[in-house]
Amino acid sequence: MDDQRQPTDTADAALIGRLSADLDGAFPVLVEAHQDRLFTIALRVLGNRSDAEEAAQDAFVRAYRAIAGYPAERIRELRLRPWLATIVLNVCRNRVRVRRVATTELAFEPAAEPAADPFSSRHGREVWAALLATLPPTQRVAVVLRHVDGLSYTEMAEALGRPEGTVKAQVHRGLAALRTAFIAAERREREEMTA
Amino acid sequence: MNSPIPSVDVEAALAGLTETAPSGLAHGALVAVGLADDYATIESPIGPLWIAWNGRGVAAVEKAPDDRAFEVRLQARTGRPIRRAASLPADLARAIERRLAGDRRVRISLDYRGTTEFEQAVWLKALEIPRGEVRPYGWIAAEIGRPKAVRAVGTALGHNPFPLIVPCHRVVRSDGTIGQYSLGGPGNKRTILAAEGLDPDELERLARAGVRYVGSDTTKIYCLPSCHHARRIQPNHRVPFGSLASSEAAGYRACLDCRPSSATAFAA
Repeated sequence: MDDQRQPTDTADAALIGRLSADLDGAFPVLVEAHQDRLFTIALRVLGNRSDAEEAAQDAFVRAYRAIAGYPAERIRELRLRPWLATIVLNVCRNRVRVRRVATTELAFEPAAEPAADPFSSRHGREVWAALLATLPPTQRVAVVLRHVDGLSYTEMAEALGRPEGTVKAQVHRGLAALRTAFIAAERREREEMTA
Repeated sequence: MNSPIPSVDVEAALAGLTETAPSGLAHGALVAVGLADDYATIESPIGPLWIAWNGRGVAAVEKAPDDRAFEVRLQARTGRPIRRAASLPADLARAIERRLAGDRRVRISLDYRGTTEFEQAVWLKALEIPRGEVRPYGWIAAEIGRPKAVRAVGTALGHNPFPLIVPCHRVVRSDGTIGQYSLGGPGNKRTILAAEGLDPDELERLARAGVRYVGSDTTKIYCLPSCHHARRIQPNHRVPFGSLASSEAAGYRACLDCRPSSATAFAA
């Protein structure tokens, strides 16, 4: 079942037609339509804005070169949302691998100014971004694609090359871990306040 | 204080983690694939030059009154969005610097879209002319195997989108006068040639005196007057020639570097 159909799907279908007919004319439209989500995926996976910007740009370049080499039939079969997600995730993975980050496979750099009390803004975005970064990479990517980017499980299965049941389980495990981490952090905060 | 931990909507919190792409991201991606250009200015012997580039290579070298004028002109030609960058990419800046200093081996990618094969052949040939030397239009025509296309060579050089990087200023009229220049007129051509160590006045004086070739009576080799071999000949060994026929008749052979016989192609 395709839940959360995105409004861009119809736009993408039209875009695919234009890409196969006139790549150079249509590609700027693709970049415009997908730049926010590719940047968001890279940012939430890599944890750093400048890395994320480079990764998203690199992903667009790879997408352009790939489409330029595809025959028209293959372009028309593309599903842009999962396909572009696959590309940006590959770029992120390669960047991390090249850097040989010491402990985790996916690096996370904490926000520029680590506030004295990161949970003071309780439901703030930095809090959730930081919690997300504590997840193991597989769960983090699954949660980001499903709940930040809003891909359906079908699209995720396609993007990640895994069965739907597997990605669903990874998302659920990720959500459960996030909830536990959030509650633990809240509890710690309360204890400190009452101590 | 024993209030319960509030229930938390993780999914809603995650949905709020979307971000807007930085303003330069889309442009940067389009520049990388050649669907937009960046530009910056560099200094040159004839003042600031505007240089545009994208992932396929340098797209334009021009003189302009200001940024706006350059943007308008380039966009009219390419139809691509264009944006000012702080400076050239370091490797491109270094490569251009070396090329202008006379290093012909340094590779600079050029964005040839919108140009013809003939034009590209002309420009590639112009790249073979060493710094401080000049060749006539007819020489290029002969060397690219189109000896009758002298006028078309002149047109192609006039349309050179990459002046200085492709040294069309080193191509002069077949009668030895300096000739036209797309980058702000013939005055600039003389300035650039002078900056490269050539004396344009001396070159034209020789041409007016009817000297087309210069030979050495010790080596019995003759050259185009600006060839580096010709310029090394001592004054007492220099032998001027007005035509190929006269130099051949005197028993001289052509220099293998400047290939002066190419310069006769329909020179009139």
